[in-house]
Amino acid sequence: MRTKLFVFLVLASLVLSACGGTSAPEAPAAEEAPAAEEMEKVTLTIESWRNDDLALWQDVIIPAFNAHYPDIEVIFAPSAPAEYNGILSTKLEGGTAGDLITARPFDNSLLLFEAGYLADVTNLDGMENFGDAARSAWITDDGSAVFAVPMASVIHGFIYNKDAFAELGLETPETVDEFYAVLDAFAADGTYTPLGIGTSDLWEAATMGFQNIGPNYWKGEEGRQGLIAGTEKLTDPQYIAVFDELAKWGPYLASGYEAQTYPDSQNLFTLGQAAIYPAGSWDIGTFNPLVDFEMGAFKPPVVAAGDTCYISDHTDIALAMNAATAHPEEAQTFLTWLASAEFADIYTNNVTGFYSLSNHAVDVADPVAADFLSWRGECESTIRNSYQILSRGEPNLENELWAVSANVINGTQTSEEAAAQLQDGLDSWYTP
Amino acid sequence: MISAKPKKKFPFHIFVFLAPAVIIYSLFMVYPLLDSLRLSFFTELDGKEIFTGFSNYNRLLNDPNWKPRFWGAVKNNSIFFIIHMLVQNPLGLALAALISMKSVKGRDLYRAFFFLPSILSFVIVGFVWQLILSPLWGIGEGIMGFLKLGEYFKPWLGLEGSALIALSLISVWQFIGIPMMLLYAALIGIPDELIEAARIDGANNWKIFWGIKFPIILPTVGMVGILTFVGNFNAFDLIYTTQGALAGPNFSTDLMGTLFYRTFFGQQLQLGNPTMGATVAAMMFLIILVGVLLYMFGWQRRVTTYDL
Amino acid sequence: MNLSWDKSKRRASNTLPHIPLMFFTLIALFPIVLIVINSFKERKAIFRTPYHLPTAETFSFKGYITLFERADFELYFLNSFIVVALSMFFILFLGAMAAFALAEYDFPGNPILGLYLAIGIMIPIRLGTVSILRLVVSLGLINTLTALIMVYIAQGLPMTIFILTQFMKSAPKDLKDAARVDGASEYRIFWLILPLVRPALATVAIFTMVPIWNDLWFPLILANGEKTKTVTLGTQVFLGQFVIDWNAVLSSLTLAMVPILILYLIFSKNLIRNITAGSVK
Repeated sequence: MRTKLFVFLVLASLVLSACGGTSAPEAPAAEEAPAAEEMEKVTLTIESWRNDDLALWQDVIIPAFNAHYPDIEVIFAPSAPAEYNGILSTKLEGGTAGDLITARPFDNSLLLFEAGYLADVTNLDGMENFGDAARSAWITDDGSAVFAVPMASVIHGFIYNKDAFAELGLETPETVDEFYAVLDAFAADGTYTPLGIGTSDLWEAATMGFQNIGPNYWKGEEGRQGLIAGTEKLTDPQYIAVFDELAKWGPYLASGYEAQTYPDSQNLFTLGQAAIYPAGSWDIGTFNPLVDFEMGAFKPPVVAAGDTCYISDHTDIALAMNAATAHPEEAQTFLTWLASAEFADIYTNNVTGFYSLSNHAVDVADPVAADFLSWRGECESTIRNSYQILSRGEPNLENELWAVSANVINGTQTSEEAAAQLQDGLDSWYTP
Repeated sequence: MISAKPKKKFPFHIFVFLAPAVIIYSLFMVYPLLDSLRLSFFTELDGKEIFTGFSNYNRLLNDPNWKPRFWGAVKNNSIFFIIHMLVQNPLGLALAALISMKSVKGRDLYRAFFFLPSILSFVIVGFVWQLILSPLWGIGEGIMGFLKLGEYFKPWLGLEGSALIALSLISVWQFIGIPMMLLYAALIGIPDELIEAARIDGANNWKIFWGIKFPIILPTVGMVGILTFVGNFNAFDLIYTTQGALAGPNFSTDLMGTLFYRTFFGQQLQLGNPTMGATVAAMMFLIILVGVLLYMFGWQRRVTTYDL
Repeated sequence: MNLSWDKSKRRASNTLPHIPLMFFTLIALFPIVLIVINSFKERKAIFRTPYHLPTAETFSFKGYITLFERADFELYFLNSFIVVALSMFFILFLGAMAAFALAEYDFPGNPILGLYLAIGIMIPIRLGTVSILRLVVSLGLINTLTALIMVYIAQGLPMTIFILTQFMKSAPKDLKDAARVDGASEYRIFWLILPLVRPALATVAIFTMVPIWNDLWFPLILANGEKTKTVTLGTQVFLGQFVIDWNAVLSSLTLAMVPILILYLIFSKNLIRNITAGSVK
């Protein structure tokens, strides 16, 4: 008896090891994608780093899509922003990525397209709703193929606690001097932390700091194109000046800001402990349900009153189609819907702080989000200067920028050293 | 010594006993390790892998982009290991010595408590300590304030000088139960007669421990050391969950594991590089191998094992 | 039992060790307790009175509600359970068989095979990740629990075989010889020996089970699909999504800790007894 059982178990495990068979028939894994084809409903999975939007997709966006296409089930499956790229490339290599893929702008997605992972969507119905500026972040260098449907841009600026400003009788700053006057007032009063930003997560320092206030110094597109063309260097005074400003921030931050993570910063501001929060417009949506005070926004301060202002209006997010999807038609249907006026309106007004890149006119209901958007009319727009072309080589400019921006705020590196490190790194591989 | 005599034909039942384990082990462990080693000699170009000899290694050790990262990780990893050896293992030994004393009541309970953190995942441990040390929540600061040490509180995880030490100590907190358990098992394995004999000779607890118990458990101490070494040079999760793959601030907490992950999978605007990743893995392999060989030939041969 | 001791000395040595031990217990337990009590409080109370137990006013179940609405934790638990149970079964069973062969038969190549199987103790399987991923993809096992189970078996075997071989060697020879005289097959003898190494099996079980339950690396790489997420990966992803919602964060941490803590408390008594049984002959 026992011998038989034993032999059976051995055989079973041999079979298992030989063909890697279904050792777990009860495992949910057994019903994988192929089985889905037999069902009437087609399921599309969306890969995304926008995990903050999970509820909005589940509750608003997908139901709106299903109102038109009830037979296409859509699953929004986000992963954490910091891991998204790694997880996505693994999934693509392994052939397990979702049907629709949220695409970061420029080179990251371009490389995925060139590797054959993303489908060409140049001729997709609905692409005519996007202008050249919107397409520019998801197009091949020669302009021949567009590989993602642009979804939204995000704008940098500062969100502030209106109640705190009123309490101290302060006005929103327009110039750099006024900005520091406000910070000094909060520092002297002591009730609030003047600036809610930390350096633990690195990118916060680079994105909410450097890329937020920087365009006013390097004159937006002029400086960005100059870097790419090689006519400007990161060691030029206009870039050093940005680091000089960041270096001044330290005393206005919460004690222990060196270990303050991005969620810490968000909590600090929404709990009413910080007066001003260097923001990306995407934060508005996260903050709205959490705050019990009134929020306002002001744009990055200019050096002297009357200067032209520049804002970072960054083409941030698009949706691409997995070239290997089992359901290309349904995926295209979804992408076409994404290009519609309905989506533009839903997205802009629900995913607060993300501004549709399509040509459809959208009214923004949220007052803070509308403030951010209004700057487009007053200022010159640009995108983050490290994204296009300049982060193609090693060392990666964006990675370096994260590290040095945090260092400068922490006071462990001078502006000149930081700028020199960036430029040296860039020079080592990039010739304009 | 063994009853079954070697036969001319290889007996079928031995094959049955060994085959499943050997096959799975070879396929899912040995083959991937060897294949990774192979991959480190290749470079990916236009989707094809081309043999490039030692050029990846040359890049890792000499290229100005890679060199500081690699040696930085080696250095940090060494510090990480040394802190474990200086704090975790002596403390583990002390705890094991205390609870192995017959007179101590409730030792089952203590043992369970001390072992508890090591069964938690890094995700939990990393996050819990990040919260506790967060200046925002103020738990760490509050406790230090209670002990009248409030002014010494610093955002340790965010400072270049202290982040690595703080993370090493968190790791010690988590894993101290393992050396404790192993050493405890060795300690209570010592026959009572030996100790009684020494006590009759007038030796006190301190002398008995260092004169009799410690020499006997020395092989276990060595084993704890090498297990710590292998574990530390393979560490990744704790850094990743608290500091992210860039191992901030300014790469001051970068270990071999995070360097490997970053290289293999990429970052924000940087794509992953499997062949360089394999090269980093091969270097980790080499470091661990050197450590193990040193242990086997430098330590194990010299330490007397008492057959009790 | 020991009368030669001076009584006062004995009292001192009875109480003194408790001071460092209790201090250390506090350090070991404090973080865990802190998370659990705060997971039952509302957001502001978490920040304002972190050390207090939840009161009627501050009690909140909100985090757990978010958790069950937005993440499929039941499924994650099921996945983790399947992976751990099947991996454990195969590690112990296949490991015991191989260890039996290595301990029992003096066939040519035995020492070399033993060494070959022991290499894996020293080399972390993670270093082969690149190739494991490719292998798993080529076998069509990506995003299946099977992939995880196979990797965990391979990871757990070396240590298991190494330890069990030592124990199998010390199994009484008479028993085996008597059985052989009775004409028992070698398989039958294996079944006779297996119960004798039960303590070692239990020890190996807990030492291999904990890392499998807690592993983040391979689920992240081999099975990060929604349907195959394990508790550890699910927690990590959930933390990423709800990182600003501390109610949810603390609840998910609590929920990820509880099952393994309970399992541990059940096993811990046995574990200690078995480790000790192993070293005392």
